[in-house]
Amino acid sequence: MKSTIFHPFHVAAGAKMVSFAGFEMPIQYPTGILEEHRIVRTGVGVFDVSHMGEFEIRGDDALALIQKITINDASKLEPGKAQYSAMCYPNGGIVDDLLVYHRGDHYMLVVNGANVDKDLAWVMENAASFANVTVTDRSEETHLLAVQGPRSIDTLQKLTDAALADVAYYSFVDGTLAGVPMILSRTGYTGELGFELYFRGDATVAATVVNAIFDAGKEYGIAWIGLGARDTLRLEKGYCLYGNDIDQTTNPIEAGLGWITKLAKGTFNASDVIANVKAAGPTRKLVGFVMLTEKLLPRQGYEIVSNGDVVGKVTSGNTSPGLNIGIGIGYVRADLAAPGTQIEIKARGTTFPAEVRKMPFL
Amino acid sequence: MNFPADLKYTKDHEWIRVEGSIGTIGVTDHAQGELGDVVYVDIPDASATVASGGTFGTIEAVKTVADLYAPVSGTITEVNGDVNNAPESVNKDPYGAGWLVKMNLSDLSELDGLMDAEAYKALVGQ
Repeated sequence: MKSTIFHPFHVAAGAKMVSFAGFEMPIQYPTGILEEHRIVRTGVGVFDVSHMGEFEIRGDDALALIQKITINDASKLEPGKAQYSAMCYPNGGIVDDLLVYHRGDHYMLVVNGANVDKDLAWVMENAASFANVTVTDRSEETHLLAVQGPRSIDTLQKLTDAALADVAYYSFVDGTLAGVPMILSRTGYTGELGFELYFRGDATVAATVVNAIFDAGKEYGIAWIGLGARDTLRLEKGYCLYGNDIDQTTNPIEAGLGWITKLAKGTFNASDVIANVKAAGPTRKLVGFVMLTEKLLPRQGYEIVSNGDVVGKVTSGNTSPGLNIGIGIGYVRADLAAPGTQIEIKARGTTFPAEVRKMPFL
Repeated sequence: MNFPADLKYTKDHEWIRVEGSIGTIGVTDHAQGELGDVVYVDIPDASATVASGGTFGTIEAVKTVADLYAPVSGTITEVNGDVNNAPESVNKDPYGAGWLVKMNLSDLSELDGLMDAEAYKALVGQ
């Protein structure tokens, strides 16, 4: 089992560690998931997401490769901008969702930690048909902290000359923070104001960054936030989680990722399949739903029922600390996808009422 | 972690405190730690008669959901109505304010099959 460079900090903070994406990662700290969730919504929290993968794509054919393997239009990216995208297999199934960064003289792809090996193999396989492109896996040496919450800029601005308030959502700057060179990216997985910090260095460098951030955020009640709260935070915003809501058996159209699927950019992996799905309309759709009873929290794998028929499956679910009721995401038959549609969630040998809602939930 | 000596424990991580023929039942400190923040306790039948090891409810927590098993046979006489107004009491005070049900026990000899604090402590590796 691998561990990130911040591992000693998690242990010192009393984290409960679990195996995730091949790493020993913190699922929660002693305050608990609900309190961590509240800290990020009202103050500032720090996530260690160093398990994520980073690939560098260089060469004259870098953009052409990215255009072939991703569904969004990377030609629209300017230097200093990032883009949410996904890679598909030729049959339309999703390899992974990812961020594409335009770094000026090269691109950086940021992929899910659990998919690094699979994604790297897929990118390399596709790169083989291009003459002038190199793909380098930088996952090992790249550390990634996400500093998220309404007080994130107040915290980080004390430590950097970069004008953070001027960095637009899905933009980034190269700067230094606490004297350490890094990418400061205005992105995140919480729906809150926040930055993701990509940097390299040894344990001393990592400690410098962590200690500076926690000192700067002390007056705002800064805390480490684990994977548990990361999940409830993203669920309230309706963000897909690879392995739950999207995977190799789901296509971007049924997953509600039509907004990042740019068929107009020309031919790319699975563009023909995706065009057909779009033309015919998907047979199932990923929807959000809210429980109409407090008795059940929806969980991955529970069946979704309508008029006695199984019409789909829950792919993610939990309590919404903000709404104080169970919320979930799941695939349903396309005719049941409209907000307001009454459905039922099957569990414990019975069913519990729920209603399809537009996402984000809040 | 807390293991009060006056309680009996089950391998399903419940505790029971017996006074006369009435048993007060809840989940252990270890169990609440594994569940994470408790959100809702569902006891569908507040006067159910349950055999030893039978399920009488469900506990919904942020990390997972767990069934509640009767440590011994009996009939539910009281459900802690305060728990769903303040489910965090199961996390903060699992042996006190976070109790779940009281049961009229039908066979006190079944208590002999439960663990004492030392045996339970060993079970959870403390």
